[in-house]
Formats: sequence, C-alpha cells, structure tokens
Amino acid sequence: MTDATAHNAPAAAPARPKSLLTQDARTKRRNAAEKRFRTYGAVAICLAIAALVMLLTSVLGNGASSFFQTYAKIEVTLDPEVLDPKGNRDPAEMSKITTIGYGNLMKQAFPASLQAAGVSTEGVPEKEIGDMLSKEAPAQLRNRVLNNPDLLGETISFWALANGRIDGYLKDRVTMTSAERDGNVSPEQLQLADRMMEADLLEKRFNWDFITFPDASELRPEAAGLGVAIIGSAYMMLIVLFLALPIGVAASIYLEEFAPQNRLTDLIEVNISNLAAVPSIVFGILGLAVFINYAGLPASAPIVGGLVLTLMTLPTIIISTRAALKAVPPSIRDAALGVGASKMQSVFHHVLPLAMPGILTGTILGLAQALGETAPLLLIGMVAFVRDYPSWPVDGLFEPASALPVQVYNFTTRGDPAFVERASGAIIVLLVFLLCMNLLAIYLRRKFERRW
Amino acid sequence: MSIGLLLLIVVGLGVIGYILGRRRALASVAGDPRKLHSLPSQYGQSVFLFTVVPALLLLIVWLLAAPSVIDGQVRGTVTTDGVSQSEIDLKMADVGRISDGLGALMAANDMSEDDLTALTPGDSDLRGQLAAVGVAVGADVEPAVFEAAKHKRSLTNSAGLIRTVLILLVALAGLAYAMTRIRPDFRARNVSEAVVKALLLGSSLIAILTTVGIVLSLIFETMHFFRLYPAKDFFLSLTWNPQFRGGSDLGVWPLIWGTLYVSFIALLVAVPIGLLAAIYLAEYATKRVRSVAKPLIEILAGIPTIVYGLFALITVGPMLRDYFAQPLGLGNSSSSVMTAGLVMGIMLIPFVSSLSDDIINSVPQSMRDGSYGLGATKSESIKQVILPAALPGVVGAVLLAASRAIGETMIVVLGAGAAAKLSMNPFEAMTTVTVKIVSQLTGDTEFASPETLVAFALGLTLFVFTLGLNVLALYIVRKYREQYE
Repeated sequence: MTDATAHNAPAAAPARPKSLLTQDARTKRRNAAEKRFRTYGAVAICLAIAALVMLLTSVLGNGASSFFQTYAKIEVTLDPEVLDPKGNRDPAEMSKITTIGYGNLMKQAFPASLQAAGVSTEGVPEKEIGDMLSKEAPAQLRNRVLNNPDLLGETISFWALANGRIDGYLKDRVTMTSAERDGNVSPEQLQLADRMMEADLLEKRFNWDFITFPDASELRPEAAGLGVAIIGSAYMMLIVLFLALPIGVAASIYLEEFAPQNRLTDLIEVNISNLAAVPSIVFGILGLAVFINYAGLPASAPIVGGLVLTLMTLPTIIISTRAALKAVPPSIRDAALGVGASKMQSVFHHVLPLAMPGILTGTILGLAQALGETAPLLLIGMVAFVRDYPSWPVDGLFEPASALPVQVYNFTTRGDPAFVERASGAIIVLLVFLLCMNLLAIYLRRKFERRW
Repeated sequence: MSIGLLLLIVVGLGVIGYILGRRRALASVAGDPRKLHSLPSQYGQSVFLFTVVPALLLLIVWLLAAPSVIDGQVRGTVTTDGVSQSEIDLKMADVGRISDGLGALMAANDMSEDDLTALTPGDSDLRGQLAAVGVAVGADVEPAVFEAAKHKRSLTNSAGLIRTVLILLVALAGLAYAMTRIRPDFRARNVSEAVVKALLLGSSLIAILTTVGIVLSLIFETMHFFRLYPAKDFFLSLTWNPQFRGGSDLGVWPLIWGTLYVSFIALLVAVPIGLLAAIYLAEYATKRVRSVAKPLIEILAGIPTIVYGLFALITVGPMLRDYFAQPLGLGNSSSSVMTAGLVMGIMLIPFVSSLSDDIINSVPQSMRDGSYGLGATKSESIKQVILPAALPGVVGAVLLAASRAIGETMIVVLGAGAAAKLSMNPFEAMTTVTVKIVSQLTGDTEFASPETLVAFALGLTLFVFTLGLNVLALYIVRKYREQYE
C-alpha cells in the first residue's frame, strides 16, 4: 500500500457502516426483496400443489360413493301364472314376458313384504312404495328368473336396486327439505326408508355393477355403469398399440438411422413437430371427414376412434422413440458394422433391442394420453347412447361402443344430480387406469434403464 | 370376405413363402449355406416381403379409392338436369343410408338377393322395415333414389368380391415371382433390406399424409360451406345465431372473442405461477423439495382434460358463482369465462413450468457466478441476468401454452357455457370456437347445411391460429436462442 491510499482512506470512511455485521438501509432493502422473491416462488409452488389437491379431493369426494349402491330386500313370489302362462318352462317362451310383467309382480310384492317384516307403510300410497325401487329392478329379477327357470313358483328373497333418490338419501345427497321440493320423491318415502334401514331391509353394498353394467337412461342413474365404455376404451387402446407402435418405431428408425440430410427429411420433421401441437379436436374433424364420411367406416365404432387416436399418438411415440434410439451409444453400431453386419442388421439386432425399454416407456405414456382424450371422440359419434356390449374383436371393433372419458362427458350432460356422482366415479376408474399405466412406465424405466 | 380375414390369409401366404424360399435357397446349393450370397433366412425374408407388401399396398389404395369411385358411379344415376348440387348431396345421403339399411334388412330378415330386387319403394311397410333395423328414412323415397341405393349395394358387394380375388392374386403372383428369383448368386440381403428401408420411409411419410389429410378435409369442407354461406358474413358479422331451419347468422367474432378471453385469463393464471414455480425449483429449492414438488406439479400435466372439465363444472363454477359473481352482482351463471379460464390456467401450469425450468437450467452457471461475483443477490441475478438470457425460450413456452389454451376443448365445453356473446364481464357465460365445433358436429350430422359445415370453417380457423402460434414460437426460440458452450 502506498502512503497516498492510506492517507485518503479515512476521508471516505464516514459513508461506510461501522461494521460488516450491521446492515445499512440499502442492504436491508435488497435482502428483503430477495426474501420476498423467494416467497413468491414458494407460494407459486404451493398454489400449484393446492390446485392439484383440490382437484383430486373434489373428484374423489364426489365419486367415491358411486362404488356403493343402495339395495332393498324384497320377498317376491314368482307366480308361474304370470311369468310362464304356458307352463312348459321354456326360456325362449318365458323371455316373451317383458319387464312390465315382472314390474307389476314386484309392485304387489314389495308393500306386502314390508308389512310381513313388520315395517309400517302408513302414510305412503302403494304406488309410491313401488316407486322406491329402481325402474331397473324388474329387469334384474327377469334376468335372474330366465337364468334359472326352476325358481318359478317359489318365494325368493331378492335384493333389488333402490331408486336413485332413495340411494341419494342414504348418501346425504337428498334430504327431507330437498324432498319436499322434489316431484320424484316425498318425505314420507324417506321416512319409510329410515324404517326399512332399521329393519335391515335397505342397505348400501359395494357396487360391482358400476364397473360392469352398460349405460342406463336418464331416469335410472342408479343402474348406469361403465361396462361398454371400458370395453370401448380397451379396444381403442388395442388398435393404437397395434398401429402406433410399429409405425412410430419404423418412422423413428428411418429418421434417426437412415434419413439423408435433404428437403424430404426436413419436411417430415417439421410435420411431426407440428402434428404434436395440433389441437386434438382437429384430429376429430379429420376422423369425421376422412374415416366416416369418405371411407364409410361406421360412426361411434372403436375402429374409427382407434385410428384417430393412433394419428394423435404417433408424434408422441416418434419423439420418445427417437430419444431412446439416440441414447444408444454409437460404439454399439460401430462394433456391429465392424464384424460385418449390414446397417439394417446393426439396427434391428443391436440398437433396437437396447432401445426397447425406452420405446416401451414412451409408448405406454402415449397410450395413457390417448386413453384420456375426449374431444376428438365426441366428433366421431362416440357420444351415442350404447347399451349393447360390443362383441369380441375383430367384429367388435366395428360395432358401436362408448369410451371412458366420453362416458364422463355423457353423464355430465344429464339432468339428475345422481349423474354427477357417476361422472366422478367414472373419472376415478379412469384415473386408476392412468395411474397403473404410469406406474408400469416408471417401473420399466427403473428396471431396464441403462446408462452408458 | 372381411378385411381381417383377408389380412390373415395374406400374412399366412407370406409365412409359407418364407419357409419355401428358405428351403429353395438351401436346396439350390445342396444344403451348403456358404455358397449362398446371403443367409438362407434372408432369401425367405425376400419372398415374404414380395408376397405381403404389394398386396397390402393394393389393399390400402383400394380402401382409399373404392368409396369415391362407387360414389361417382351412383351419383351419375341420381343426377338429372336442373337439380342443384346441394339437392344431389341430400339425395346421395339418402342413397347411402338406404343401401346400408337394405344390408341390415337382409341380415335381419334372412332375405335373399331376389327378395331384395323385388322390393320397391311403393311397398307400404318399407319405411317401417328400415326403421326396425335402425335406419330412419325421410318422408317418401323416390324410385330413382331407391334404385340408386340398390345399385350402390350391388356395386359395393361386387367391389368386395373383386377386391378379395385381386389381392389374393397379387399376393400369389408376388410369391411366385420372388421364388423364381432365388438362385445362389441372388442378392437377397440387399433386396430385402431395400424393401424394408422403403417401408421405414413409408411409415415416416404417414406424418405428412396426416397433415395433408387434415388440411385437405378442412379446406374442402370449408369451401363447401362458403358456397352455401357468404364468406363475408362469416368473417365480418358480429352475431352467432345458428337456426336449424335456415337463415342463421354465423359470424365468427363472438367465438373468437370468447376463445381469446378464456385463453387470456388462463395465461394470466398459468404464466406467473408456472414461471415463479420454475424459478424456485431451478434456483432455490433443495434437492429434496425439488424431488417432491416437480413430480407433483407434473401430475397436473398427466390428468386428462375431461377431469379438469368436471372440476370446473362441479366445484370451481359453483364456488365462483356463490362467492364472487353473485355477491358482486356480476352474474348468476356457474359456467363463465372465469371458471374456464381459471381451470385451464391450472392445466397449463406444468406446461409453462417444465418448459421454463429446462430453459432456466440451460443458462450456464458461469453467468450466475459472474453476477454473484459482482455482488448481486440471488433474486437480482435472476431478474437481471438469468431471465433476460432465458427470455426467448420463456416467450416460446408462453406462446406454446397459448396455442394449447386456444385449442383446448373439454374444459370450455363444461366450464365456459354455450352462449355466443361479445361481453367484457368475465363472470358471464361465453363460448369458444372449440365448443361450437363440438356442438355443431355432435348429434345427427347431415353434411349439406351451413349450420353443420360451419364447424369445418371454425376448425380451419383454429388450425391456422394454433399453427401460426407454434411456428412463431419455434421461430422466436430458434432466432433468439443464445448459444452457450
């Protein structure tokens, strides 16, 4: 140090703080700004996670109850005079008796069996007692009788689906006050339901039918299920898997290993990245215009949905497959070429098997994305009301079906609040499928991932 | 014969060809593979490819071309002078449905071809019979239309037969040709690899085909629409009021306004939260926080949009209505621009945050160190050094998010409402382009009225919008990306 600086130093000193340990105003301000900024970031993350939690609790809270359904116990005598007038126990002839015949039988049997069990039906007209059962209940009974004609003439005790409003009462969706304003249910019926519960004639049970039953009409939310939708979604995933995986892998191999540097390759690359960003509904328009109107494929069939979803998933699969192929080190290719393999052999015998785990992971994630896609399916007629299960593939692929996410949309368009519960329940099923697929992808990645 | 069975037979022929080809190659050198140019299996492979590939290509071409050829033939029979194009389209739609119905009728009633030829539109119960198999036919069936339907059915049937025969012939011819070429000096490996390479190229061309299909179908139907409805009104009118009896106003502006308004609110939610979350994760979070928070935020990206739609419908919408709109006197509707925008914003958070996270992480450490060395605090270096360096990437991410928001369908279908309005009130129900595409195209669609065809014009508008945003985003990212090495 020179004398000059030593001499000048005290002159500048008064502006500085006494010690490094005490902060001046400006430092304090800067540190506060730092802290604030940091808090903003933490708050943003908390908001995002809070949104996720709210979303999941809303769906789970609304939908969990759809896996339980209210059933009423009823003693019914299967009168052969009504159900099999000719008396020869021929199922073909018995099937001519429609659900109306069974419905009348149940309407008579229900009040009687209540009284027999000691439940007072005072104040509730006979018709309203019958209305407490689902309109689907006669069909249930009919199926049971047709499967087992020997039951005729016997008195069986039978757990029949209760009406959606009674079900809602047990799930706290319908209350005494709301029943007063509701034309479909009366407070007296709810009181009777209370008495039936005390007598163990009414109970909530786990509802497998929700997963296996087909959709039901607006008037009987209690019987609506997801069977057809799950089958339709499964068929579409099958088509996507069989088309998108081979085509996507072939395209990626070409682009990654063989494509020369030219205009065509550039064009393909630009197209793939653009297709990945095209709104899904535009693919629906494509499906409607090309597959249905032009090629004449049947509307609302899984084949059309599968083709549309294939085109949508292709970019995803191509992008992840290319990443997997790129991750295989060049030394593997060089070694294969060095021992005399052709370029094609080096790719198919060495590079592709090593890239397979990555490809499969990408494919599963692409499938998961396709499974949740709704908008394009709305346009190709998957919203149609379908009650018949499609048959086995290949024929079943051309028959009308629904799809899980579209079924959710379908439920939301109906008036009865019971369908909100159904829609949320359907979403739970959808999310469970997605969760399984993602877990499988994570497992595959963990188990087979290699780092070179 | 069904297509599935045909495919199976062709592939079966291919497998037989593989076995025969391999055998023949070995036999030609008396069982000594060293004398062959290629491996025996490669001879088999070449036969397999020559059997299967031309036959399948023919099948694809046939499936694409046959409907329009048959359509053209039938169209000739219903065309008479002085009938407008749209009337012929209507008739053709009838022809299509009746011919389908006749097929279903035959299957349902065990009818023979002769019974079918005997059917005339004069039969009183024809309509009833068709309705019984699920085909609704309008009032009176013209004899000409009915004959055309029969004609179409017989053409379709004979086309199916010709197709089967032709494809099997092509497969067999390919098999025979490939077998004759097998000699010890035949370069089977080169040939089959060239074919495989061509197949790989063909698969990657599907991406181009898809784009072409989208563009062509949108443009053709949009032109069709503009023939029925003046383009000037579509682009300039401020009212959207479709009437299925005709005389509708189909101005696109209320829909575009709704779309942009919803997207704007969504970005207002997603960009700050997503960007701040990305900054926190990249710069502040400890490893443990990052390993928990990042996957949690990314779960949001994996949830299907229908789930968000339901969330908007049953939770967010009623909540906004009860706690904000009604107390403030701004509206009584649970579906509103705000509902859809808010929920869509949540959906876009992971999109913005993971893209920005990558971009922020790619800013080199030396720039941070330089800034700290000058005495800047962490937040100062982020605001004055890192963000400016990452800006082009962040802008690109925001534009991509905007294109997502504009094309999003299910959230707005369930959350935004269906009323086309030009209003500033965010608590009012408004509608978007995608909602109207869905509502005009679901249900019974007859492709002759402007009310249905307008969906294609809307689709084209949407496609152009999102494509433009994507191209712009890529351009900005490429042009302004700083290269750090």
